[in-house]
Amino acid sequence: MAQELVERQSTPALPEARPAQTSPSHPPTLPSSSGKAGPRHWLLYLLLLPAAAALILFRVYPLWGIGIAFVDYNPVKGLGDSAWVGWKNFQEVFRRPETINLVRNTVVIALGKITLEEVAGLSFALLLYEVRFPLYRRFAQVVTTFPHFFSWVIVGTMALSLLGATGAVNGLFASVGLPAVRFLADKRVFPYTLVFSDVWKEFGWSAVVYLAALTQINPELLEAAAVDGAGRGARLWRIVLPGVLPVFVFMVAIGMGGILDAGFEQVLVLYNPAVYSTGDILDTYVYRMGLVNFKFEIATVVGVVKAVVGFVAIMTANWVSGKLSGYRMF
Amino acid sequence: MIRERSVKYLVVDVFIYVVLGLILASCVLPFIHELAISLSARPEVMANRVGLWPTGFNLDNYRAVATKDPFLRSLLMAVLRVVVAVPCTLLMTVLTAYPFAMERVHMPGRRTFMTVMILANLFDIGLIPRYLSYLNLGLIDNFAVLILPILLLTFNVILVVNFFRGISYELVESAMLDGANHLNILFKVMVPLSKPVLATISLFTIVRHWNAWFDGIVYLRDVKLWPLQSYLYSMLSTQQLATEYAAFRFSGIFPNVSPHGAEAAMVFFAILPIVIVYPFLQRYFVSGMQLGAVKG
Repeated sequence: MAQELVERQSTPALPEARPAQTSPSHPPTLPSSSGKAGPRHWLLYLLLLPAAAALILFRVYPLWGIGIAFVDYNPVKGLGDSAWVGWKNFQEVFRRPETINLVRNTVVIALGKITLEEVAGLSFALLLYEVRFPLYRRFAQVVTTFPHFFSWVIVGTMALSLLGATGAVNGLFASVGLPAVRFLADKRVFPYTLVFSDVWKEFGWSAVVYLAALTQINPELLEAAAVDGAGRGARLWRIVLPGVLPVFVFMVAIGMGGILDAGFEQVLVLYNPAVYSTGDILDTYVYRMGLVNFKFEIATVVGVVKAVVGFVAIMTANWVSGKLSGYRMF
Repeated sequence: MIRERSVKYLVVDVFIYVVLGLILASCVLPFIHELAISLSARPEVMANRVGLWPTGFNLDNYRAVATKDPFLRSLLMAVLRVVVAVPCTLLMTVLTAYPFAMERVHMPGRRTFMTVMILANLFDIGLIPRYLSYLNLGLIDNFAVLILPILLLTFNVILVVNFFRGISYELVESAMLDGANHLNILFKVMVPLSKPVLATISLFTIVRHWNAWFDGIVYLRDVKLWPLQSYLYSMLSTQQLATEYAAFRFSGIFPNVSPHGAEAAMVFFAILPIVIVYPFLQRYFVSGMQLGAVKG
């Protein structure tokens, strides 16, 4: 079964998928190159210095910021001299009605994206799988994976142009007599706009993974089934789909680790005050509260809670994926 | 490919090709429409009369954008960012991956460090602590903030580690017998053999840095340091574009400039490198993802 490295836009890193029960037994240490960490081998530690520096500076050091959530932060005085308020900031955040709304928006949008991206990717891969001309398949892959390599500033600019009140899509609707849809201004429509524009951008790249898995299915199995009288539908249902199921489950399970992410850059580009009630997600709220309104404590509280819950989510997703599909991220 | 000779098969086949055609069209048409807008005359654009073909073909939008200093500067910043980031990222990745890959060498703490690295990169403390930390580190308004924080990416390291592990250990052993130390082995044995994986990481890094825009607008208060896409983001509001390009219209230099058209032109400037390069390198992106697959 295809084991692959996959990359997502919101997660920083996705190491390889490997069978859950892995733990390579220690390779035999050869006398000529092992032994204690002798004079030659201290170099190895030296080589890790840049990485250690990067981790300390950019991952460990910023942890002091958690303190901001527990004080009445005064940037001039700094953290040490700001007044300690205990859990007051947390209570303030959870007291606000918008908080539960934020979580709801984030989870709903994230769920929609995670599942639909994979379903769309798999469906497209299945369609491509039936194409007989390799050149057409290559062309289709190149065309559909292009948007994955554009930023949301690019795709968002186009979306704003196309989906706006005077945009091409509404123009098309008007020419066939359909009523205009306010994709970007109607709070009931906006979440769908977010999810479907994201699927449009990513389904091609998602399909790459599935197509690779599909080509791994033993063709003899399919031929035998055809000889036995199984039509395309039966072959699909009984051989092909079960074949890609582990990959699908892996992708969805790992995607669930990003349940609180929901695509910050996209939302920031596409949203506006009219759709905050359904489109504002945790990350955009943190950005607005923190760097636009300078309410550092609120922003930090939300950010820290999201970080902790998100971390648990990823670890859980990794474990669940291992149990369900046999593949894990790490 | 199993082909049957039946009407049902043919009908389904046609259906599949039609659906595929529609999907591909939906991917391509938006770009064609925007391209047409960028190449159309002002009155047509303002009246929303442009379809898939330019009306009143002219290049004013592109000319106007190309003479705007802030735009050109942001282009320079983006190129600078990519040119600096790629070698630095490769170096960091390779230096970090090598100790992890040398499993046969006894190295206490290796596993721990690896675990710490993976976990630490998964936990993102939040925007505010990060911003304030960068402030303390002197990275705010410093071009380095666009590069340093993302030098070490677990994805890249794992990719290279797996590749290094695939290199025949005999080469390493013979180098050791010749008296090579680890630096020699890394740069004279491993790296020269790692061109495919290094090319893949370079590609991913180029795309990542070319497309990055949020770090610019948050950590760089000086607009002059903004890379291309950060500048583009700041231009997203049509009011801003109208003001920016009004002078061109009134002076009659580029009479056909429209805010929408200028925006579209900027978008195409931004995606041009990717569009030109990607079709040829697409298989490297795809195979790069599979390069890190665990063998066996």
